[in-house]
Amino acid sequence: MTELSRTYKRTKRNLLKNRFLFEELVKRDFSHKYKGTFLGMGWSIMAPLLQLLVLKIVFTEFFGRSTPHFTIYLFSGVTVMNYYREATNNGMTSLVSNSSILTKIKVPKYLFLLSRNVSALVNYLIILVVYFVFCAMDHINFHANFVMLIFPVMCLLIMNIGVGMVLSALYVFFRDMTYLYSIFLMILNYLSAIFYTVDRFSPKVQRMFLANPVYVIIRYFRLLVIDGVVPSLQYHALCAGYALFFLILGSIFYKSLNNKFAYYF
Amino acid sequence: MAVIECNDVSIKYISGDIKQIGLKEYVMRKLTGKFNKRIFWADKHVSFTLEKGDMLGIIGSNGAGKSTLLKAITGVMQPAEGKIHVKGDIAALLELASGFDPNMTVRENTYLRGAMLGYTKEFLNAKYDEIIAFAELEDFQEYTFKQLSSGMKSRLAFSIACLVEPDILILDEVLSVGDGAFRKKSGDKMKDILSGGVTGLLVSHAVGQIRELCNKVLWLDHGNQIIFSDDVEKICDAYEEFLETKKLPENEADFDVMAIAYNERLKEEREAKKAKEIAKLEKVIEDGNNDSVVEAAVRILMKNSPELLNMDEIKNRK
Repeated sequence: MTELSRTYKRTKRNLLKNRFLFEELVKRDFSHKYKGTFLGMGWSIMAPLLQLLVLKIVFTEFFGRSTPHFTIYLFSGVTVMNYYREATNNGMTSLVSNSSILTKIKVPKYLFLLSRNVSALVNYLIILVVYFVFCAMDHINFHANFVMLIFPVMCLLIMNIGVGMVLSALYVFFRDMTYLYSIFLMILNYLSAIFYTVDRFSPKVQRMFLANPVYVIIRYFRLLVIDGVVPSLQYHALCAGYALFFLILGSIFYKSLNNKFAYYF
Repeated sequence: MAVIECNDVSIKYISGDIKQIGLKEYVMRKLTGKFNKRIFWADKHVSFTLEKGDMLGIIGSNGAGKSTLLKAITGVMQPAEGKIHVKGDIAALLELASGFDPNMTVRENTYLRGAMLGYTKEFLNAKYDEIIAFAELEDFQEYTFKQLSSGMKSRLAFSIACLVEPDILILDEVLSVGDGAFRKKSGDKMKDILSGGVTGLLVSHAVGQIRELCNKVLWLDHGNQIIFSDDVEKICDAYEEFLETKKLPENEADFDVMAIAYNERLKEEREAKKAKEIAKLEKVIEDGNNDSVVEAAVRILMKNSPELLNMDEIKNRK
């Protein structure tokens, strides 16, 4: 009994201790990002807006797309993809770039990864506000179901943490990862149906798109916001399944290599 | 109950595997059959036990595995073989000034470092002014870290780390931070903490510091444990003899031999120094045509070695 209460006390103390460290790390990651820029935080809104503008011009003016609510269609893809890219890219370098600390002070290493994910999430939430402003401008019907969007965002967050765990562990041993991953991201970008629709593919190919977790999340947004349809239960299960899969994969991967990191920084 | 127990601990570094040599070299060496990982044992079969209140001094030349051992005790590294048991909170001061963020201000860095050392926000809020005052950085709080001098950085690092009241304190060459005045202040602070009953480990190249602060000593050489002992004076003597002769002791008796040899040497050196000083003094007396110089010299001689002077003769001369 005393043993139990002691364990509880220790865990609680550890959590309290780490919570403060976590706050400080998030603060640092956030201020790092825009240090020395004139626009500062403004860039987290400006950058995706400019990207959106370019895509919009290219695909409506030059290619003459006529998908209904095409701006929102694009915007859904761009924001989700950007969030995924930022979170996993930052997650990948989280261990190595903090190696000078990790080799001197015993701190839970995963905190560095989590803090980067949280600062990326905050960024994403800011741009989501702009997203909804655009929705209003594009005459999208707002309805109570929009609350459901919390679900794909949560799934994406968990997935990003899992992918980040795998990448950060790999990156310690294998610095070529940054280059390989940027190529992977480019391919993923084209495979996620960000600026095209999947309608013109056969049903079989359309189903194959569902093997891409990022596309699954993007499609959730489009279904709910543009079509006003709540995705099926199976679709929810698919999202949650991806999130859990990557989280578990990441944890196993990370845990098995955890004790070797210090030798390779 | 032992606070720290190191049981046959060995720690290794691996070098020359694919990560270091790159893919091209890796393939080349694989093909030519020259590929082999080099394993470097930083520490080999190190064992010691510390009780509460013990202060261990770790000595050894560069590359002896001292800092690596400390890293393993801190938990940053895992030993490849053997077990380390640690009871209590550790405050480790390893290579202090690194790990700060150059783009953040002194204030932000203080909070971040404090958080990493496991302090709470309330504790830091309460102690912040004290930290800054101890580091003497009152006028630099809003400066970014890259604008500080390296002495300032070390001072801040020391001040943050020293506010804890840990169970175990690990000091890696940290008692030589900052200028003379700060060094004295930090030394006093350190003694203050140590007198509070913490268990400590101290790595230092200043053997005098080890003699002064430690009650146990561990001598490492190229990862090998030469000896772990509580006869600090003898081992330190032997170690200083080793620094002169570069010969390691081979058995127990050697330590005594070396310690005696060191003391002999010390005595010789002291005598040589004395002789030199006397020679210098003689020269002054010889050169001095001023009466006061002669008088002063005579006074010194009278005090130090009156047997050198035939007192009657001097008195008569006067």
